[in-house]
Amino acid sequence: MAEVKEDIKKPENLVYKKTDLMTDKTLSYCPGCGHGVIHRMTMEVLEEMGLEEETIGIAPVGCSVLAYEFMNVDMQQAAHGRAPALATGIKRVFPEKTVFTYQGDGDLAAIGTAETIHACNRGENITIIFVNNGIYGMTGGQMAPTTLEGMKSSTTPYGRDTKKMGHPLKMTELVATLPGTCYVTRQAVHKPGAVRKTKKAIKKALEYQKAEKGTSFVEVVSNCSSGWKMTPVQANKWMEENMFPFYPLGDIKKPEK
Amino acid sequence: MEKELRLMKGNEAIAEAAIRAGVDAYYGYPITPQSEVMEYLTEQQPEDRTGMVVLQAESEVASINMIYGAAGAGKRAMTSSSSPGISLMQEGLSYMAGAELPCVLLNVVRGGPGLGTIQPSQADYFQSTKGGGHGDYHLITLAPSSVQEMYDFLKISFELAEKYRNPAMILSDGAIGQMMEKVILDEQVPRRTEEEIIKDFPWASTGKKNRERNIITSLELDPAKQEQVNLNIQKKYREIEEKEVRFEKVQCDDAEYLLVAYGTSARLCQETVKLARDKGIKLGLLRPITLYPFPMKEIASMVEKQVKGVVSVEMSAGQMIEDVKLAVNGKVPAEHYGRFGGMIPSPEDILEFMEKQIMGG
Repeated sequence: MAEVKEDIKKPENLVYKKTDLMTDKTLSYCPGCGHGVIHRMTMEVLEEMGLEEETIGIAPVGCSVLAYEFMNVDMQQAAHGRAPALATGIKRVFPEKTVFTYQGDGDLAAIGTAETIHACNRGENITIIFVNNGIYGMTGGQMAPTTLEGMKSSTTPYGRDTKKMGHPLKMTELVATLPGTCYVTRQAVHKPGAVRKTKKAIKKALEYQKAEKGTSFVEVVSNCSSGWKMTPVQANKWMEENMFPFYPLGDIKKPEK
Repeated sequence: MEKELRLMKGNEAIAEAAIRAGVDAYYGYPITPQSEVMEYLTEQQPEDRTGMVVLQAESEVASINMIYGAAGAGKRAMTSSSSPGISLMQEGLSYMAGAELPCVLLNVVRGGPGLGTIQPSQADYFQSTKGGGHGDYHLITLAPSSVQEMYDFLKISFELAEKYRNPAMILSDGAIGQMMEKVILDEQVPRRTEEEIIKDFPWASTGKKNRERNIITSLELDPAKQEQVNLNIQKKYREIEEKEVRFEKVQCDDAEYLLVAYGTSARLCQETVKLARDKGIKLGLLRPITLYPFPMKEIASMVEKQVKGVVSVEMSAGQMIEDVKLAVNGKVPAEHYGRFGGMIPSPEDILEFMEKQIMGG
């Protein structure tokens, strides 16, 4: 093993430090998965804003069910789809705390549709981070509400036929129509520039929560190389070519000044 | 100081009890015959009285999960519903039992199955006392038989739920929820401050200030650890069964025959006991106040000492009878008598059944 030069440990040589709000536990995600980066961005923002002592996060059911193992803040683990209801329950009794949910597409846009829409419609002062990879990853790659037309999954082995299986749901555009949401945006984490934009979006979302503007909603379009049966590089390319045209990136709704 | 006395519906009494017991949040969804609970609360504006939050959720599924969130943050949170709505809450209750969170629910039971009827029933006994959702768990279940008990049991239920970190159920019915009786009210208890929450519930997710992070979860993927989680929960239930059994005995000292009944049925059975005594029959009534834990030992000891036959009276097709039979353990005849689907038995019918099926046999 190469000897580590003592010089490299000097503070002036430090170029990157892991946020203390990520635990040292090895991530349970597949190589190339976007979850790790999205976790880190969320935690970096909380740390930079100095919110770690007053934050309560909600983990969903799905690949990120174990988010509480990695996010070093107080966390509650919700039943499938119910995270916005938990967040509502907490925020109403602790309005001064920072409350966020972290949910996948099956959790937020299928089984939890009612909880999502009604939390947004009530304008709960919470932040929802919605990771959309168009598939159920945890259960082995089944069709999600966001699975694209023609896209293959383990329950659409010949591709999603919209006549039989319905259409991919644009939950983010849907919640943007509700008066309770203040900030609705769609981002990605496939390239450094996109990661920086996602981080900015999460920061804005939390700032709006602190300003009591209503529900802030950040979708992050992500990949699922295991579920899509691609290499991480192929998955990111496929995502750019197929997911982004249907789920275009950028702000959908911003608060009126 | 003179006690405050008021004529109230059962559903209103429990709502007033919630405000006075320092409850932090009520999250609910309307359903007959218990909608007065949320109506009373919204009318009272408890946000001004004590800071208590009242929110109408989009469904019972959402309300129980709002309760999960608030309870996980160490707050006193409650909901109320009636049978079909309580069915929808079973998922949330299982998660709360798994995550060891305290809360109080009121079920103003109506007849089922399905949409059933809005008339009173006691057909949710199994659901309340045996778990109701998936996995090995129980709800601490208290059965009021008067409007005063609707009021009193709210605070007791919270104390038990918080002591054992487990949801508690107040199992009422449409008759007790709707009827009016006088209620003695007690004084306002202040809601817990955040400092008190942190002290009383060091496990609660209040933000990790001056401590490691807290996690509220019912997930444990390692089977050896999950077994340990279950063993810990079961240990709690054994303690509850040992320490928290409550019941009332009516004319039991010399009873040769025994009725076992709770809630509305127990009120009817009190009348049956009078009718029987007038005829010279030594009949007594044991009213379980806690349905879980069930007064097994008390029934067993009465059977051992003096009782020759038992009738379990319930507005169901026969649910509590299974626990009564376990307690009786085959030593004397034990039968179920009940009306259901919203029908209420008469004291005379109960006595007739006792005479023919138990005493005559």
